[in-house]
Amino acid sequence: MALNITPSSIVDRDISIELQQQVQSSIDLRSPLLIRGGDSKLFYGRDPVETSNILELKNHTGIINYDPTELVVTVRAGTRLLDLELLLEKNQQILSFEPPMFNQQSTIGGVVAAGISGPRRAFSGSIRDAILGVEMINGDGKIVKFGGEVMKNVAGYDMSRLMVRSMGTLGVILNLSLRVMPKPEKEISLILDATQGEGLAYCKQWRTQHLPLSATSWYRGKLYLRLSGSDITIDAALKKLSQQMSFEFLEDDIFFWQSIRNQQHAFFNKVSKPLWRLSLPINTPVMARFEGDLLLEGGGTQRWVSNNAAEKIIRAVVGRHGGYATLFNGQKHLPGVAPFPILAPELHKLQKNLKRKLDPQNIFNPGRLYRDI
Amino acid sequence: MNSEPESRNNILLALREILPEKYLLTAKEDLKPYECDGMPAYQRIPIAVALPSTIEEVQKIIRACESQRIPVVARGAGTGLSGGALPHEGGIILGLSRFNTIIDIDHENMTMRVQPGVRNLAISEAAAPYGLYYAPDPSSQIACTIGGNVAENAGGVHCLKYGLTVHNILEVKIITVEGDLVTLGSMTLDTPGYDLLALMTGSEGMLGIIVEVVVKLLPRPLATNVLMASFDAVEDAANAVAIVISKGIIPAGLEMMDNLAIKAAEDFANAGYPVDAEAILLCELDGAEEHLAEQVNIVMVALGEANASNVVMANSEQEKAQLWAGRKAAFPAVGRISPDYYCMDGTIPRKRIAEVLVEIKALSEKYGLRVANVFHAGDGNLHPLILFDAGIDGELEKAEHFGGDILELCVKMGGTITGEHGVGFEKLDQMCVQFNPDELTHFHNIKHAFDPYELLNPGKVIPTLHRCAEVGAMHVHNGELPHADIPRF
Repeated sequence: MALNITPSSIVDRDISIELQQQVQSSIDLRSPLLIRGGDSKLFYGRDPVETSNILELKNHTGIINYDPTELVVTVRAGTRLLDLELLLEKNQQILSFEPPMFNQQSTIGGVVAAGISGPRRAFSGSIRDAILGVEMINGDGKIVKFGGEVMKNVAGYDMSRLMVRSMGTLGVILNLSLRVMPKPEKEISLILDATQGEGLAYCKQWRTQHLPLSATSWYRGKLYLRLSGSDITIDAALKKLSQQMSFEFLEDDIFFWQSIRNQQHAFFNKVSKPLWRLSLPINTPVMARFEGDLLLEGGGTQRWVSNNAAEKIIRAVVGRHGGYATLFNGQKHLPGVAPFPILAPELHKLQKNLKRKLDPQNIFNPGRLYRDI
Repeated sequence: MNSEPESRNNILLALREILPEKYLLTAKEDLKPYECDGMPAYQRIPIAVALPSTIEEVQKIIRACESQRIPVVARGAGTGLSGGALPHEGGIILGLSRFNTIIDIDHENMTMRVQPGVRNLAISEAAAPYGLYYAPDPSSQIACTIGGNVAENAGGVHCLKYGLTVHNILEVKIITVEGDLVTLGSMTLDTPGYDLLALMTGSEGMLGIIVEVVVKLLPRPLATNVLMASFDAVEDAANAVAIVISKGIIPAGLEMMDNLAIKAAEDFANAGYPVDAEAILLCELDGAEEHLAEQVNIVMVALGEANASNVVMANSEQEKAQLWAGRKAAFPAVGRISPDYYCMDGTIPRKRIAEVLVEIKALSEKYGLRVANVFHAGDGNLHPLILFDAGIDGELEKAEHFGGDILELCVKMGGTITGEHGVGFEKLDQMCVQFNPDELTHFHNIKHAFDPYELLNPGKVIPTLHRCAEVGAMHVHNGELPHADIPRF
């Protein structure tokens, strides 16, 4: 039942052995590798290692297993996110973490390695919540498999989740299994006038109201929210919301949320300054220091600011709220600044130990996450 | 290693400096209660049991043990079912039961900061005044502690919809083997660096000692309902699971029981179960009122399609509780119809449930031991209960072989040897079936990044390659273990 519904655009091509050979020779020569999928997030993180030894994943493609009733898909890492989502769409399913597609070549392996989730994330979980298994080439040059296709699996350490947002520094993801979710029957979006403070207050009161929220965003005096579910659920939610405030329906809502997800929204387009992603506890109030141009997502848990303030100040302010600031487009604007927040020394030590043990020759995307990781 | 009495004396000397006498157990009769956890088939007496109550004490204890190379086995409530807290004869038990304080309830951030010895159910009880609760609900939730839940990545009845422990915690503080206090995760959705919170969850005390946990709280569901469907054939019940899911419904819980389990539970709990049915499915749905009614209708239709012979819906809180009572009492109920039982914990893809149940039945006939099946069907997590009598010579070994066969069957079907109980000491041999030597080496590398001298819960979770080689060789001999009395590490 499953495989005849694969779109013909997904080529079934397994180049694991070639990839393994290239990794093995890189290990033998201690020659660092640049692992590359669709090159859509090259700007993210620290600069890639300068080398001509590039491991191309984009030709390692195909759906290995997909049975919609199991709510799982197993896919080769070079498969384009675009193709995978089309396949799921045909079966009325989605990736619930709504990862960004910065260009159409974006691969699912890159999605996992970067670990960036989209607008739905605060409501239905991130990539690390959805990943069930990986098959990878490790630092010994071996093809190894962890996790699997079942929802509950506690055999051995959770290597699959560790690969999420590791930026390719712990090995090469060959294949991966993801939990998928039923596509909501219907989605509509609302827009209302609100100051930032009012917007945050609304998001807060909605958190305990059992509304079928699947995204929120605030930008320049407007609060946007998306509701996902059945007709009945959405009607009931609208009734509940109309008692709390007045709103309008957002036209072109699919386009709007895509523009947030893929950073094509006007806020991101005109960014000529450094772009910071602030991750904050959900109850963080308006941060006066960043009253300028900013865009909020996920009920205020993720705030984008484009700001020329010094790194030190941004990180200190965010830190006081218990959050983290990541310089999202750092190489372009602030090449000297570390994009990822500095870790506590003991934590950094653990991470470095892990990198050393799993990549003893230091060949996998060295320095992409931290200077020595 | 030092000569045994000498290293014993040295570590006791050091521990006496750290802990008051009453919190350092060394007398044989005091150590006895710690000889096993919820898996009583394995028992060992440790050198001592240390019961610290502050992070500083834990740090000092770990540093003392590290410098003398003394193994440390962390223990919460000791309810684990795989021997994960089985003591090491040359080591100490680090009991965390005195870390039982709820540090902070932050209802606005919908989180709770707790010490590891706080019981799972106590978290939901403390959150209740705010209309909140903690979702993972392992069946031992009255007794089991959150530290153990994190160490095992505990699940429960509701994880199909609400996820496992790993999905419901934000931050843990650990003590490393060097005695450092390290925070993993954070109060935000994006913690920088590797996801060591995920790695720590389910690592069974092998990578660090958990001394603080921040859990996520959820608003209580507005409404719930429970359906019970009866089936004349086990296969139909198994297929019903996939049919319900294919309708786009994610039930809060979807549990299955076979005839032997139904009869035992009914005898024990009088839940109103159909004792002549071959299988029943219990389906819990939740959500806002109108959404709930809609889901109930869809599931009713799906169960009809799946050849359910009868579907009952609870009409009151009392009826809901009654339907669940049988399921919740299933393990003790089975305990009444057999002197002993052995609880397995494999997971398989949902679509294989029928096939696997048929094979388990065949194995049951082969071994001449009865099996009751009562399990989390929605996520394919089987709990076959193998009935045996430890008083009869050889029956325990027979039950263990049978259990091993079931787990290997799960692996063959694309599943795993443990869904929520952990590997512990019990399933070391099956790890050799699920993972090849390269994968086990990879696991050992992770272990060594955190614990180079293998002092934290040594001899658990990841078997040595040597042991697996022996297991592999033994498999050649039809699973008949030669020299079963020789310890295999």
